[in-house]
Amino acid sequence: MIVAQQKPLEEIKAMIAGAEKVLILGCGTCVTVCFAGGEKEVSILASQLRMATRMAGQEKEIREFTVQRQCELEFNALAADYVADSDLILSLACGIGVQTMNEQFPDKMTVPGLNTSGLSQPTEQGVWEERCQACGDCVLAETGGLCPVARCAKSLMNGPCGGSQRGICEVYADKQTPCVWDQIYHRLEALGQLDKLMEVRPAKQWQTSRDGGQRKIVREDLRL
Amino acid sequence: MSDNEYKVGSNLEKALKAGYFVATGELGPPQNADGKVIEHKAQFLSGIVESVNITDNQTAVVRMSSISVAVMLMRLGIEPNIQMTARDRNRIAIQSDLLGAYALGVRNLLCLTGDHQSFGNHPQSKNVHDLDSISMLQMCRDLRDRKLFQCGDAIKGQEPRFFLGAAANPFADPFDYRPYRLGKKAAAGADFIQTQLIYNVPKFAEFMRRVVDLGLHEKTYILAGVGPIKSLPAAKYMATKVPGMEVDPEYIQRMSNSTKGLPGLEEIKAMEPKEAAMAKAARKEAAQAEGIRICVDIINACKDMKGVAGVHIMAIEWEEAVDEICRNTKIGPKYDPARQPA
Repeated sequence: MIVAQQKPLEEIKAMIAGAEKVLILGCGTCVTVCFAGGEKEVSILASQLRMATRMAGQEKEIREFTVQRQCELEFNALAADYVADSDLILSLACGIGVQTMNEQFPDKMTVPGLNTSGLSQPTEQGVWEERCQACGDCVLAETGGLCPVARCAKSLMNGPCGGSQRGICEVYADKQTPCVWDQIYHRLEALGQLDKLMEVRPAKQWQTSRDGGQRKIVREDLRL
Repeated sequence: MSDNEYKVGSNLEKALKAGYFVATGELGPPQNADGKVIEHKAQFLSGIVESVNITDNQTAVVRMSSISVAVMLMRLGIEPNIQMTARDRNRIAIQSDLLGAYALGVRNLLCLTGDHQSFGNHPQSKNVHDLDSISMLQMCRDLRDRKLFQCGDAIKGQEPRFFLGAAANPFADPFDYRPYRLGKKAAAGADFIQTQLIYNVPKFAEFMRRVVDLGLHEKTYILAGVGPIKSLPAAKYMATKVPGMEVDPEYIQRMSNSTKGLPGLEEIKAMEPKEAAMAKAARKEAAQAEGIRICVDIINACKDMKGVAGVHIMAIEWEEAVDEICRNTKIGPKYDPARQPA
């Protein structure tokens, strides 16, 4: 899923400083599941901002609304009345939701209340680990089902660098992050497919990743 | 191949092909724009080693560029071996720099992935890693042997010809995979390999046995990475704090023993300043002498290993030690008896 984290309160306060009526707009999909921007988080942030602005002697009118998917026009249309009656929208969706709102309601500025930070897997309660970088040219069949593009700090394509020790990557300060190439090695060993690691993989073609510019999928078979 | 059967004809390639046990050195450029630093360090390496590696912003700390230092070294009569990492440059920038480096006279190139920028002084920077060390080797070999840019376009005119090197770390994990990864580098175009610093000879010997069993020593020249230990704290630091390094406890013991019989740090604290300075200097000298002796012992052990074609001596910020190391091991253009005029 897409995961995100709330921005620091001070940063949010600065973003909404010029507005009187603020709509906090949550999203009921990915960011709800990762506890960053669902109905509950909207409610908590609204209370914090009401309190903070009241204490500062500049109480704002803070409203709350959550749509099912902020990346889709049809769902956001349900928030139109709230939007019309607000000076500013503080979105608790991912970056896609924020941009959809700005495009759909160009007369009102929608600002981000979250930092979107990856395509991740919830690996345990309260922990999300990045798994995919959406490079547009999936190599998982070659790498034992573990992604070196997203999970190797250097996105290496030809096995572990010299900083892999006892299964741990040297890069992270926690000294607990697994070296994904070590994991790939052991997975392929268990599957009897180590030959895949003996081949030289040529330079990856990054044009299908964001390096080729903004990506766009057009499915003619689905268009009306 | 050119007419003389050399791929490139650098000193390093010639010495390796001649079968000498070679010695290469290393020089870390300064974190400033002062070329005199290079001249100072170069004097300790000139004529003693075949070629001198120039690091490319090692540990991701901004330093004078490798190619510019290479030009300075060539003016001083030293053959450079430029290091190039995939961390900061994409395939466009690397190829562009290599065209220039060749035109300036550089002939040796070490292809590296590069230390991650989180270790350096600009952790905020974007990392590139368009290529990795292995795809970089492939690209550089194609530039040289097929006269093709990485994209497949033909090079019209002079192609950049480099004697290509790569690194190998026998002490990183998974150990079983390391010889095969070296093999991938050889297959991708590495003419020579320089290993991580060796302070665990039995483990390196086991690594080399596997490398030789795979026949890789016949596909690429393998230079064992060595370096003198400066002090006991340095040995302990390398043993515990540097990922991908292993230090045999024997060497830590030897460094510790080296200052036995000399006044200890507590005793020195109680001394008069002048006397304390002399006592400290004596401890330093004794430790450094032992550090060099350990390095000599490691080189001698490497000389006896099948498949080791020479050593890469990394005496960063202690270039003065290289002469003594080569003299005591009788290696390199200056001290190898086989290379002296009759």
